[in-house]
Amino acid sequence: MKVDASDYLMYDAKTKTYRENPEQRVRDDVEKHYWLHVGRTIVKDWRLYVMLVPMLVVFLLWRYFPMYELLGCFKVYDQVLPVSEQLFSGFSYFKRLIAGGDALSAEFWRALRNTFLLSFYGLCFGFPVPIILALFFNEVKSNIARSVFQVLTYLPKFMSTVVMTSLVTMLVKQGSLTSSYGIVSQLLENLGLISHELANSGLLNDPRFFRGIYQLSGIWEEAGYGSIVYFAAIIAISPTSYEAAQIDGAGKMSQMRYVVLPCILSTIVIMLITKIGSLLSIGYEKVLLLYNPNTYVTADVVSTFAQRYGLEGAAKGIATAAEMMNNVIGMLLVIGANTIARKASDVSLY
Amino acid sequence: MKRKLETTELIFKIISYTLLTMFAIGCLYPFLYAIASSISGRRAVEYSEVVLFPKDIQFEAFGQMFTNNMFWNAYSNTLFITFYGTVWALGYSILGAYALSKKRLLFRKTFNFFLVFTMWFSAGIVPQYLNYLNTKDVFNAVGIMDDKWLVIIAMGMAAMNVILLRNAFEGVPSEIEEAAIVDGATEFQVLSKVYIPMSKSTIATVALFFGISRWNGYFWARQMISNSNEHPLMVFIRLTLEEYTDPEVMSGWNQAYASDSVIYALIVCSIVPILVIYPFIQKYFAKGTNVGGVKE
Repeated sequence: MKVDASDYLMYDAKTKTYRENPEQRVRDDVEKHYWLHVGRTIVKDWRLYVMLVPMLVVFLLWRYFPMYELLGCFKVYDQVLPVSEQLFSGFSYFKRLIAGGDALSAEFWRALRNTFLLSFYGLCFGFPVPIILALFFNEVKSNIARSVFQVLTYLPKFMSTVVMTSLVTMLVKQGSLTSSYGIVSQLLENLGLISHELANSGLLNDPRFFRGIYQLSGIWEEAGYGSIVYFAAIIAISPTSYEAAQIDGAGKMSQMRYVVLPCILSTIVIMLITKIGSLLSIGYEKVLLLYNPNTYVTADVVSTFAQRYGLEGAAKGIATAAEMMNNVIGMLLVIGANTIARKASDVSLY
Repeated sequence: MKRKLETTELIFKIISYTLLTMFAIGCLYPFLYAIASSISGRRAVEYSEVVLFPKDIQFEAFGQMFTNNMFWNAYSNTLFITFYGTVWALGYSILGAYALSKKRLLFRKTFNFFLVFTMWFSAGIVPQYLNYLNTKDVFNAVGIMDDKWLVIIAMGMAAMNVILLRNAFEGVPSEIEEAAIVDGATEFQVLSKVYIPMSKSTIATVALFFGISRWNGYFWARQMISNSNEHPLMVFIRLTLEEYTDPEVMSGWNQAYASDSVIYALIVCSIVPILVIYPFIQKYFAKGTNVGGVKE
């Protein structure tokens, strides 16, 4: 706290002199003994702080300590030495990844591009589906029927990534000597969308189909659950708004356009901003479980790139540097998105 | 005019019912197909004669799985990890969230930021891996050889869940707390007798989130658990699938079921517990997202 001379002296009107301000003495005292005050408060409320400690320790040990290992991407990786004692190598890994001009650098750029594209397509195709679903849920007036629809569409969200990807793998699996190819491949073939050879070689082995499969399974998994938030916004609309619109002669479409849409627009905007914020934080588990060397061209994202080089290979420094770049940009996007959301609607997401 | 309005409404209704039905069937179909295929005969599965209903019903694929010790091991491991993992994570989250919900807590903003930052930035796979390896060494050094405990204690924390709990606790009227304190309740009693009962539904939601993520956990369990007897179910399913899709491995000719059926049977077994409790927990699940996020 900045202290002026005038804080110490107070004009006393009665004696017409200046005298010392007693309050400032107390303030001064508090300032001087700030840590004593902190200590006293903590001792008085020690139970509260004891409650807080386990959580802080868990987050510190397993969320913040890994960040210390990030030093590894500025150092020459050495398995024997702890990261603090390894040789400093500057930004060489970053340089190599960004402007290496070799196969590795090309692979990194491909991974970054794929990360962005997978989320971007998710935004284009996955984002509108929950909104449309919520609009449809609203049309179902019978509570039982609506519950049935909702329960069925939420269900895939409960399934683990492993179960989901196993099912997807089985549904589009390749044919073999003993068994025919997956049922979805057959359906697509019968519809004339893909050739027999393609279906037989397995859709997951073809880089052209990876993004489609990824998005479709994403919609299957997320759309129903994602519609909850929009549906909540829609049922919050007062029935009188509809009535007023009807009296003014609004048809179904006009009601959608002029009543429902404006009311859920703020929700849509917030969700859109969050989605944009998480453009680079794509879940690696699903990609890892669905991709294979044949589809690296379209499927490899930065975290699977890091997983392949850092965990399976021995290029720990390269892998860490690649992911760190991705995550830092991702963090900036999230913070930016959150700031915009706060400005736009005085609702912050955290 | 009136008449025309009703027609558009009717058309819209028909469209929405049709599309919803199609989407719901699409969501459900893979599961139904898995169930039908797991109990269909070998020929029917291999020649893709199963579309929706099982054909040449057999239960030997399930039988084969149920006699497999590894399967039961994996199942019990998953139950173990889910139970203790949820209890542990819920325990420290409730305590921490309670402390964070108190306005009189010093450095409250700092602690909040400490949590929220982990949602924005993660160190990445490789640093986490190295960190878990170190943790594993420490655990082994103090005599915890079972890697399941590593998965339970060191993984699965979620700042979002703590924030959900904190928001719920902040919603409890402070008068009730004051009344409890006047009656001589200690801090822990205030938490257990006032706050926890008053935010039961949020706690159920968060417990559900923790439980589901534990039940479904795969990647780190596979990376960190070295003994295959301790693998949870998801890792077991994935390993079975990888073994199966490897073209070198073919099932014997003498079985009454296709090797696909085993995979489907595994998938069915892993989703049955969720299907059983799903109707009871569904309302909490829906609620959780509504209270989610919006704060301060």
